[in-house]
Amino acid sequence: MSITLEVGRVAGEGAWRGFRGGVWRSAIDVRDFVHANYTPYTGDESFLAGPTERTLAVWNRLTALFPEERARGIYDVDASTPSSITSHAPGYIDRDRELIVGLQTDAPLKRAIMPNGGLRMVENGLAAYGYTLGPQVREIFTKYRKTHNAGVFDAYTPRIRAARRSGVITGLPDAYGRGRIIGDYRRVALYGVDQLIAAKKAELATLDDAPSREDVIRDREELAEQIRALSELAQMAAAYGFDVSAPATTAQEAIQWLYFGYLAAVKEQNGAAMSLGRTSTFLDVYLQRDLEEGTIDETRAQELVDDFVIKLRIVRFLRTPEYDQLFSGDPTWVTESIGGMSSDGRPLVTRTSFRFLQTLHNLGPAPEPNLTVLWSPDLPEGFKRFCARTSIETSSIQYENDGLLLPVSGDDTAIACCVSAAPVGRQMQFFGARVNLAKTLLYAINGGRDEITGEQVGPALPPLTGEYLSYGEVAAALDRMMDWLAETYVDALNVIHYMHDKYAYERIEMALHDYPVKRTLACGIAGLSVAADSLSAIRYGGVRVVRDETGLAVDYVVEGDYPAFGNDDDRVDSIAVGLVRSFMEKIRGYPSYRGAEHTQSVLTITSNVVYGRHTGNTPDGRRAGEPFAPGANPMNGRDRHGMVASALSVAKLPYDQAQDGISLTSTVTPGGLGRGTAERISNLVGVLDGYFDAGGFHMNVNVLNRDVLLEAMEHPEKYPQLTIRVSGYAVNFVRLTREQQLDVINRTFHGSV
Amino acid sequence: MSSTAPSTARSDGTRPGRPAGPGTGPTTGRGTAPLTGSVHSWDISTGVDGPGTRFVVFTAGCPLRCLYCHNPDTWRRRSGTPTTAEELMARIARYRRFIQVAGGGVTVSGGEPLQQPAFTAEILRRCRELGLHTALDTSGFLGDRATDAMLADTDLVLLDVKSWDPALYRRLTGGDLAPTLRFARRLAELGRPAWIRFVLVPGLTDLEENVEGLARFAAALPNVEHIDVLPYHRMAEGKYAALGLPYPLPGVEPPDAGLLERVHARFRDHGLDTR
Repeated sequence: MSITLEVGRVAGEGAWRGFRGGVWRSAIDVRDFVHANYTPYTGDESFLAGPTERTLAVWNRLTALFPEERARGIYDVDASTPSSITSHAPGYIDRDRELIVGLQTDAPLKRAIMPNGGLRMVENGLAAYGYTLGPQVREIFTKYRKTHNAGVFDAYTPRIRAARRSGVITGLPDAYGRGRIIGDYRRVALYGVDQLIAAKKAELATLDDAPSREDVIRDREELAEQIRALSELAQMAAAYGFDVSAPATTAQEAIQWLYFGYLAAVKEQNGAAMSLGRTSTFLDVYLQRDLEEGTIDETRAQELVDDFVIKLRIVRFLRTPEYDQLFSGDPTWVTESIGGMSSDGRPLVTRTSFRFLQTLHNLGPAPEPNLTVLWSPDLPEGFKRFCARTSIETSSIQYENDGLLLPVSGDDTAIACCVSAAPVGRQMQFFGARVNLAKTLLYAINGGRDEITGEQVGPALPPLTGEYLSYGEVAAALDRMMDWLAETYVDALNVIHYMHDKYAYERIEMALHDYPVKRTLACGIAGLSVAADSLSAIRYGGVRVVRDETGLAVDYVVEGDYPAFGNDDDRVDSIAVGLVRSFMEKIRGYPSYRGAEHTQSVLTITSNVVYGRHTGNTPDGRRAGEPFAPGANPMNGRDRHGMVASALSVAKLPYDQAQDGISLTSTVTPGGLGRGTAERISNLVGVLDGYFDAGGFHMNVNVLNRDVLLEAMEHPEKYPQLTIRVSGYAVNFVRLTREQQLDVINRTFHGSV
Repeated sequence: MSSTAPSTARSDGTRPGRPAGPGTGPTTGRGTAPLTGSVHSWDISTGVDGPGTRFVVFTAGCPLRCLYCHNPDTWRRRSGTPTTAEELMARIARYRRFIQVAGGGVTVSGGEPLQQPAFTAEILRRCRELGLHTALDTSGFLGDRATDAMLADTDLVLLDVKSWDPALYRRLTGGDLAPTLRFARRLAELGRPAWIRFVLVPGLTDLEENVEGLARFAAALPNVEHIDVLPYHRMAEGKYAALGLPYPLPGVEPPDAGLLERVHARFRDHGLDTR
């Protein structure tokens, strides 16, 4: 819905000098602004500037703190101040040198507590690092104020609890912030807070005559909270000496204003993924104007981007060791979506798209921000080659298929977290973690009993009793078990998101969204390749069951060869496709909270290790406790025809049935891309073009030698910045647990000699 | 337990290592007997067997027994899967678009593809018809079996010259050097582009005279685009063990960076481009 801006013309004159276009002037519409004003860049990287002494001085001040942070788990924490937009006094890394300012607390790397999500998470997080929660905070959040986590457990059913405990449904955001909501932080720069408040007030006024039903009341309260949060954003900026009530007038201000918007969000929400959006081409309009006006040069433009990215690299949250097991390496998913095509056929690549990637060269590789290139074979060659070169040198980029995104969510789409796409500021998601499909298959065989504990978790359906598994029987039993799973899962998610809205509402992020907003319920599956290979083994190989004295199937003997997922073999790939389709259909059968549109992802992040640990022997020959493959990846070592054939199996998974994304992680040795840098760049560009042309959705690209990883395990101090892509995000390798490091190393390396 | 899910697949870094996948088994053709080859395996690889991303088919059977062979599993023709040209082309056609978008082609490797010249010629011809760049990876030992027509369908020959010194060649491979050199000269006469591949094995092929001789020979051939210096590696040891064969080069280590650079430099001194 478009809201006419009351104060637009007055406030905007100086700030909007030289800008073209009209729609964005009378309504909040950043996409329209970008498309009316950006300057596509089709050249190569030769214009880029290296880091200045100033930049390196700021960055080195931080890197000096990292070893201690890594050793202790966290560097510091304020254990007695619940964080809010305005809770902490301004903080600086190096006040005299910083060009962009603002920290989550009053000092760099000092974490904050956010008890609205859950008090236990905060207390356990503090305890893990030797801190104690301030007694007053504890009293407030036990005696006077309830948390999201407490609310959820008031409303969970025994059935949900059992499924959660056994790990068949797992990683649910019931004790931590759901995240994955991207505020359109660009709005702060383009419009200034006053205009945003005016627009929100106008939205609120549209409800003045609506009868006060439950949904209307909730909307009014939420809009009022959004307006309050915007005011607090202005207060927070004022504490740093900036007046963000009016639009930004320069590139430095635009980056600063935008960052304040984002900072407000990460001061208040410890979301699983706190993504940034699609900011580089927006900011390019400002940088380009300043360059043309002669007020900055390229070195300064790069310094501003470098300084901004330094801030994004040190976003920190207090989390528990249990959380770290799921999502290892202290990720924050500050995902920034770069590139892509405009619906009118122009590439959305600008010089600032390059400048963002250049930070990986200027500051060294890093997992955050999660730089994500929206790839199209139609992108300018110079940009494609720079991306490929940067991947080869840093392994820090992930790629998503712009050709699939564009028709579904348009050309102002950003990725939240790893693979979740949405138009910025118009759509939000209810993050739903994922279910364990491999374990569900075991439940189907065992009539709903857990293969590890023997406990009846799923519905007590008749277990399969034959000596050999029959494909028809297993498929039918799995179908029934998936019905139960989908129902229980959606039920749990509805409870979670009701309580999250009630107790930990994302005020500032939602203030930077349109009203009304489109919502999705983002479900997910893990263990797809294990489930598909198990069904393939049952169908083509023959699988004998080993049962214990209680009749529980505890092991499987695969008697013949079977086609495995990851070899571009339709016999098994069609099974995987069928599982994706079938589960999506079942999910859609259960109504969602607030009418959210159901979606699903095939994504695990690093949790494939934990899911594997909680899953017994499977009929594909995988041993109990062994990690699953990450995301939609084929199982380790079963893909026998190279990286491309493996990727083409994954490319068959239908995006229209998994619109929350399908993740593939590919690791290749440098030699596996060819000889010499130029050839490797050309070949990687070719592989990306081919994979996305074939319908693949996402690819993480690691270009690494196994030896380097083994060395880094033994000598982490020598590799503080070694970054690898893991199922949709990047991590510092040395910050993974040893088990996860081994999982990464054991994963298929596609390299040939 | 027997499953087709090997845990080490490609991590040993050698290729090929696995039997041909589904879709390459024998079928009964009607009418004239279909042209059938013995195929060990296939894969799609990048930057290894020719330019770009390529469908690589490994034929089974080789007349040589190179001491450093990293594919002993392709020595015997009967260890392959009988595969009709039709079946193999159906598989290749699946990747036509990918290969064209990514940039690359099809390479017939082995084993020794010229041990099955009719089958190899048919595959090259039909790939050419599909508009795909074609490469033939061969030792040249059976080069006389390649017809001019076959070579006309071959955009690039990857010619593996194992040694310049004939005595060493015989010791390394069990065969004669002369047919390979004859084939190389013929390719030059026909103007077929070629890359010369040379496996650098410390203590065996790294002798100065050996490298120098090959460099001089290659420099005189105008059709040679690159010298592909392949450092010897030990990653096939597991394959020998699995086949119950003794490893022929125990104790030989891969070349170090210094040796590798010296050999590259020697080729470059003759005006050759090395990869």
